Amino acid sequence: MEREVMTFDVLIVGAGPAGLASACRLKQLDPELNICVVEKGSEVGAHILSGAVIDPKALTELFPDWKERGAPLTLATERDEVVLLKDNRSSIKIPHWMAPKSMHNQGNYIASLANLTRWLGEQAEALGVEIFPSFSAADVLYDENMQVKGILTGDMGVGRDNMPKDNFMPGIELHAPFTLFAEGCRGHLGKELIRQFKLDQGKDPQHYGIGLKELWDIDPAKHQPGLVIHGSGWPLQGDTSGGFFLYHAENNQVAVGLIIDLNYSNPWLSPFDEFQQLKHHPLIAQYLEGGNRVSYGARAITKGGYNSLPKMNFPGGMLIGCDAGTLDFSRIKGAHTAMKSGMIAAEAVHHALKNNETDASTFEARYTQSWLYRELYKARNFGPALHKLGRWLGGAFNTLDQGLFNGKLPFTLHDLQEDHASLHRSSESKPITYPKPDGKLSFDKLSSVFLSNTNHEEDQPCHLQLSKEEIPLTVNIPLYDEPAQRYCPAGVYEVIDDDAGKKLQINAQNCLHCKTCDIKDPCQNIQWMPPEGGGGPNYPNM
Amino acid sequence: MKILVAVKRVIDYNAKVRVKADNSDVDLNNTKMAINPFCEIAVEEAIRLKEAGSADEVIVVSVGPKACQEQIRTALALGADRGIQIETDDIPESLNVAKLLAQVVKNEEPGLVLLGKQAIDSDNNQTGQMLSALLGMPQATFASELTLKDGKVQVAREIDGGSQTLSLSLPAVITADLRLNEPRYASLPNIMKAKRKPLTVTTPETLGVELKTHSTLIKVTPPVERSAGILVNSVDELVEKLKNQANVI
Repeated sequence: MEREVMTFDVLIVGAGPAGLASACRLKQLDPELNICVVEKGSEVGAHILSGAVIDPKALTELFPDWKERGAPLTLATERDEVVLLKDNRSSIKIPHWMAPKSMHNQGNYIASLANLTRWLGEQAEALGVEIFPSFSAADVLYDENMQVKGILTGDMGVGRDNMPKDNFMPGIELHAPFTLFAEGCRGHLGKELIRQFKLDQGKDPQHYGIGLKELWDIDPAKHQPGLVIHGSGWPLQGDTSGGFFLYHAENNQVAVGLIIDLNYSNPWLSPFDEFQQLKHHPLIAQYLEGGNRVSYGARAITKGGYNSLPKMNFPGGMLIGCDAGTLDFSRIKGAHTAMKSGMIAAEAVHHALKNNETDASTFEARYTQSWLYRELYKARNFGPALHKLGRWLGGAFNTLDQGLFNGKLPFTLHDLQEDHASLHRSSESKPITYPKPDGKLSFDKLSSVFLSNTNHEEDQPCHLQLSKEEIPLTVNIPLYDEPAQRYCPAGVYEVIDDDAGKKLQINAQNCLHCKTCDIKDPCQNIQWMPPEGGGGPNYPNM
Repeated sequence: MKILVAVKRVIDYNAKVRVKADNSDVDLNNTKMAINPFCEIAVEEAIRLKEAGSADEVIVVSVGPKACQEQIRTALALGADRGIQIETDDIPESLNVAKLLAQVVKNEEPGLVLLGKQAIDSDNNQTGQMLSALLGMPQATFASELTLKDGKVQVAREIDGGSQTLSLSLPAVITADLRLNEPRYASLPNIMKAKRKPLTVTTPETLGVELKTHSTLIKVTPPVERSAGILVNSVDELVEKLKNQANVI
């Protein structure tokens, strides 16, 4: 098919913190540049979900006057608490000096990353960046030398049967000397590019977590704006690492969430139900009781950090932000590092454009001289220590490593097992029974998904593709009792057991675009593909 | 012939409507907004008439704060030719909107005025009817099919229990129902072009319309949540409960 072609100077896939920071930086360096950003969400910010306690470091470098420009960072963190939940009733507060230094939050802001992203979108548009929400990037386009020459936007108006409908609109080719891929964690094009250019050669496997979050309106009497609580322990069992957060944000709202590392081994584990159970702990329930849940969402997190960070530049483009994996897991913060990676990438791309080079090869040197490199290097042992030494010893190690040695210990811990390979057989694992939701503090999956405002055009091909149709029946159901029905936070995967036997049903319209299935499927059989542009969650204030 | 289409900026139909904690209004902070779906259908119909050669210009008009320019741009990206924003602090009630639109119609003299049958936020279903009355033009509401023939417009409209076909002389006011058409997607190149299409901003004062308030919003409350049902074991038990507990039979 002959497709329409449009050409830009720089093309950016994904209007998140990384993509928009690089767009703004490029325009600051050269206002003449023609920059196009495509975004699969229905608007900028629609697919952005984060805690979030935000370190304004990168933002201050990008827009030193962000306060005057009205950036939605207005609530400074007031107080940090780090706690360990011993069981369903009791907890221990970790004294400030014993908590890893990376868990201290002075100078940071409790904010909605979705709203910060909306604001970044406005700044970018004011600088003349063209942003196109509701347009997904379906494929990478290469030239005859296998250099990236752009992307193909997704077709619109294709029916479930793969046939064009009346309102069919074919995708178009967007070309540019440089394409920056900023899709966020486990971008489907990023995944292809890493394979295509062997960007992960010599690196540890990437590691991931799944984060679930809710926003609550709470009783003003219980609200302590600026209070940040982090913790771990119950209800997660000893061999599952993860942690929760509870942030007292503005307007009598709190953000509460749970992050579970996706290297968990028990296929009976359900991150969603662990999260629902967590909220019944008195430490958390004391704030939520009498409140109202207003929003729900989930997103996978790239957390391998320094050891797993792939090479980010390749001919004709770059991977930036969480698409590469720049999150600092020791601080559970990725917005400032994603933005910084985008800004450094912008500088490298600008240099390459000026010198007519096809690879932004100065990136590496710029990166290693930046605070981004120093921050990620310092945190390199944090995740592996927790995985290898466990919650107690690993936690103690991290306190010493981060606090006493400032991340300068002369060795590096590695975690070489891929997350999808960590599941044990269901028959060899202890089934977990979760209490029924009470409808006040805890809820079922479907009423939760409703609050994410997710929506997909119903008559379209299923965007969750199985490489081999038979795997659920031959492997996943018999060996693992199909873990997808539990790790999916949106109830997309359902095992139907009727007269004809068991089968896997995929309710793709519930999808929150979190990408967990693409990461955790033990056979790597599920491919997350972008649905029709504009589909997916519509997160306000997340 | 010119076609004038009115569009309204409303909460996106996918977004969950939330009420402010003090019940003063719906909370629209950082909520996805969109062009009212019925207005979008009206825009699509106008563009189709232009593509069929029945019209030479499609003008889109919206009333509201600056943000509603986004929805005008969306309509321009779909294929409308130019936009008019009537700047107001918030969205005035239907009669005011109709008076503002009536003035625009007098200035622009379109052969056809298309609107959505109602907006999905306030569900008033008034503006089209009021506009036709103010202008003394014939009206056809809830249109599901529209044909221009010999200087007249034939409209199939949805009524209770069937369909009614009307023939109207032009100029006329028509409001679009769901089945009139399925709007197209805006293409990326057209969205870019739409940014350069003319959009003029005017005010109620310039149009000589005084906005009046006829009603006050007192309170907004969310619907009462349905309580969980109970499983009964037999028909007898069901009947017993309906009779004595629910008091419905």
